[in-house]
Amino acid sequence: MTSLTTTTSYSVRRQQWREFWFYFSVSKTAVAGLVFLIGMVIMAIFADLISPHLPTEQYREFAEIPPAWMEGGQMRFFLGTDYAGRDMLSRIIHGARLSLIAGCIVVLMSASIGILLGLVAGFRGGWVETIIMRIMDTIMAVPGLLMALVLVAVLGPGLLNAMVAIAITYTPSFVRLTRASTLSEINKDYVTASKVAGAGPIRLMFISILPNCMAPLIVQGTLSFSTAILDTAALGFLGMGAQAPQPEWGTLIAENRDLMLSAPWTVTFPGIAILLAVLAINLMGDGLRDALDPKLKRS
Amino acid sequence: MFKFFFKRLLVLVPVFFGVTLVAFGFIRALPGDPIEVLAGERGVSPERHAELMTQLGLDKPLWQQYFSYVGDVLQGDLGTSLITNRPVAEEFFELFPATAELAICAMLFAIILGIPAGIVAAVKRGTLVDQGIMSLSLAGYSMPIFWWGLLLIILFSNTLNLTPVSGRLSFLFEVEPVTGFMLIDSLFSDEKGAFKSALHHLVLPTIVLGTIPLAVIARQTRSAMLEVLSEDYVRTAKAKGLSPLRVIAVHALRNAMITVITVIGLQVAVLLAGAILTETIFSWPGIGKWIIFSVFSRDYYAVQGGLLLIAGCVMVVNLIVDLLYGLINPRIVH
Amino acid sequence: MALLEITNLTVEFATAHGSLRAVDQVSLSLDAGDIVAIVGESGSGKSVAMLALMGLLPWTATITADQMSFDGKDLLTMNPKQRRAIIGKDISMIFQEPMTSLNPCFNVEYQISEVLAQHFGGRRRSYKHRVIELLEKVGIPAPETRLKAYPHQLSGGMSQRVMIAMMIACEPKLLIADEPTTALDVTIQAQILELLVELQKANGMALVLITHDMAVVAETADRVVVQYAGQQVEQRSVTELFNNPRHPYTQALLSALPEYAKEKTLNAIPGVVPGQLDRPVGCLFNPRCEHAQDLCRQQPPERSEGILCHYPLPLKSALNAASTSHTEVIT
Repeated sequence: MTSLTTTTSYSVRRQQWREFWFYFSVSKTAVAGLVFLIGMVIMAIFADLISPHLPTEQYREFAEIPPAWMEGGQMRFFLGTDYAGRDMLSRIIHGARLSLIAGCIVVLMSASIGILLGLVAGFRGGWVETIIMRIMDTIMAVPGLLMALVLVAVLGPGLLNAMVAIAITYTPSFVRLTRASTLSEINKDYVTASKVAGAGPIRLMFISILPNCMAPLIVQGTLSFSTAILDTAALGFLGMGAQAPQPEWGTLIAENRDLMLSAPWTVTFPGIAILLAVLAINLMGDGLRDALDPKLKRS
Repeated sequence: MFKFFFKRLLVLVPVFFGVTLVAFGFIRALPGDPIEVLAGERGVSPERHAELMTQLGLDKPLWQQYFSYVGDVLQGDLGTSLITNRPVAEEFFELFPATAELAICAMLFAIILGIPAGIVAAVKRGTLVDQGIMSLSLAGYSMPIFWWGLLLIILFSNTLNLTPVSGRLSFLFEVEPVTGFMLIDSLFSDEKGAFKSALHHLVLPTIVLGTIPLAVIARQTRSAMLEVLSEDYVRTAKAKGLSPLRVIAVHALRNAMITVITVIGLQVAVLLAGAILTETIFSWPGIGKWIIFSVFSRDYYAVQGGLLLIAGCVMVVNLIVDLLYGLINPRIVH
Repeated sequence: MALLEITNLTVEFATAHGSLRAVDQVSLSLDAGDIVAIVGESGSGKSVAMLALMGLLPWTATITADQMSFDGKDLLTMNPKQRRAIIGKDISMIFQEPMTSLNPCFNVEYQISEVLAQHFGGRRRSYKHRVIELLEKVGIPAPETRLKAYPHQLSGGMSQRVMIAMMIACEPKLLIADEPTTALDVTIQAQILELLVELQKANGMALVLITHDMAVVAETADRVVVQYAGQQVEQRSVTELFNNPRHPYTQALLSALPEYAKEKTLNAIPGVVPGQLDRPVGCLFNPRCEHAQDLCRQQPPERSEGILCHYPLPLKSALNAASTSHTEVIT
């Protein structure tokens, strides 16, 4: 009997997965985004193997060389070099690691805390809910970047602190979303049935309610991932995030800002890297939203 | 209607206290002894230390300090800048009009272009026009705005020599700061060409700051319109023989605006955050640049005061948006 | 000359799964003052035909007809601007869900005076008295107090009355009512129908009543058109149809009425209306028809004596006109 139930739930899950993939793959752009993202992950993982030079290696004689296709460029430094003679391409490839890790950690932190708080708020109600929501309102009253700046001022500059600061500013979105979903699910019959069967609050929250709120949370997670990359770069640009010589894309732009007019490639390419990464994730996120939203499903 | 306004105001009270808590706690959270932190590199002798402790009330229990802080805030005293020795509130409001001018222009830019773009995309759903607008919109909010600013400067200011690189006004002009809004002040000044220069300096920063709100507003308008256009009452409007323009602009848009206004309200916080970056890039003398400078120069009172005031702005704007929402959506008020 | 002349109207929708024929060769002819009911289950295309007339179908619809003219004007070749001058003024339509069919952002006075201003010019404000008159006409008590009301403050019946007031404001020659009472309570249903008939008599306008409720048809209409899966299967006068249904579908519809239930269960028609993907070969009704023969399953029927059937049920002689539950199988 038990084997039967496990096979049925397995096949149900496979069916759901297949259905999801069908809707997702309808959007060519979403699939393109996914492919690009996978490519970026591979690039980040194998950065040491792929990049032509070490990101920190300085070629003093070759400072501010333009990209290979421009006059004075060389194939050796395909995207040119920066003010210290470091290869732009290698730095950008290694920077992908930092951005992707930052995105992951930020989303994991803000989502896990946010979902937990949201579940508790929606489930408990009363003054617990009020307190949680007022705290979230307070965080939302301060513009994200400013809040992150202040937090980094307290914690000190650096990539890790920047990630924590940004994660804190993203938490309210997850809290609100989860609370709204919890509130709408909590009165449904299956929850009441579980309660009657004796399920405790933890089981109710995580096993009964949470799985049904996943769709908007996944979409929000993707959105937060891309915004996290942008915010990490912004803090890096302001000098409050990843510190030089870390090749974080925002930091790269900041450290080459003085050469902006004489060697524009040093600021252009890191920015393009940010743009492409965020674009890919947003495209994928759009596809996810269309695939997961039951209202948009067409028969 | 008044009741509705009052209720929204009431919700803001705990949030206000929350923000004061954050602002207050921020200095206390800094590692190390507060007085030494405030003194910074200047250092402080032990007697001076004891003096300052009582002077700043730092020997009192924390909650008492907090309440005296809130008391000060409500009276308008937000501390004194450690760098310039002027009241923080005074510095803030001196620089605020510059940011407000930029933010208002950016928001107008975003609304005037964004809403029609969204409407056109919705009405021409599925066509190349729709896909084009949505692609541009996607690119718009996927871009790091500080990079976008630098790129535009490289392109327009350097290569094409079309726009100035920084500041609000060409140094050739001397304009009396009456309102703080350069556009207004330059209009009323005697200097010929000052207005044009002010406008000239506003172009790039406005575009850079307004890009993300533009993209978001276009998207949201499109999706709100799509939803509305499939509603029954739009069919009724058509059945009355009304012109397509009237059906879209009056019947559909009015309902779509309900959602879009909320989105616009949310964009204000985005604008203020973006102002920090934009002002840094264009050397725009507003509160964004001031706050960054304060953070870097460890002017903690300035940061604290700035935090509180900026959050206050966001709250006020959100309140106004809520009121507007109530006006537009009869279901709330009646 | 007839007020409304439709001959062989066909409407096809372009969908992801191919072309859907929602209306298939429907014909209708109306004179001023006629009351015609169009009956059928959901999916019979009864609303679509009228929406095509009004020009309210989405761009995915292709409308073809031998003739479609109103008051001498050809609706097929008309440009949108000319059409907009007619609808809301000479032809009006009221819809099924009054609660969602009124714009939630505007009050009653605005929405009614808007249609007057559109067709007769002038400022909306100047029509205030006419609006009050109209609200009175549709039976809304104390109309002056309702002028500033918003749709969400109105009940279902009230909303429908406002809708009717809006659509008869310009004194149309033809009013199409698409299931006007389906979303309303039974007691309100009777009131609204009465109102429609009253208005029809008072203004001498033609009324097309789309419904799935045979009882409503019996009470209000002169003539009936029965539609099934987009096709027009029978068109007769009401008394004739009720006494002597000739198409098996009509007969099945009538015998499904509670009045004709012999035992505890109603005589439901087995099966479902064919959708886009399961259209039967031959006669569209054959899978559900208790008189179906081999010919029915192979070839689509031609119209004979106005009935779309290979073996229409016979005309009863005057002697046999008593019972309608009497069926004969034709061999």
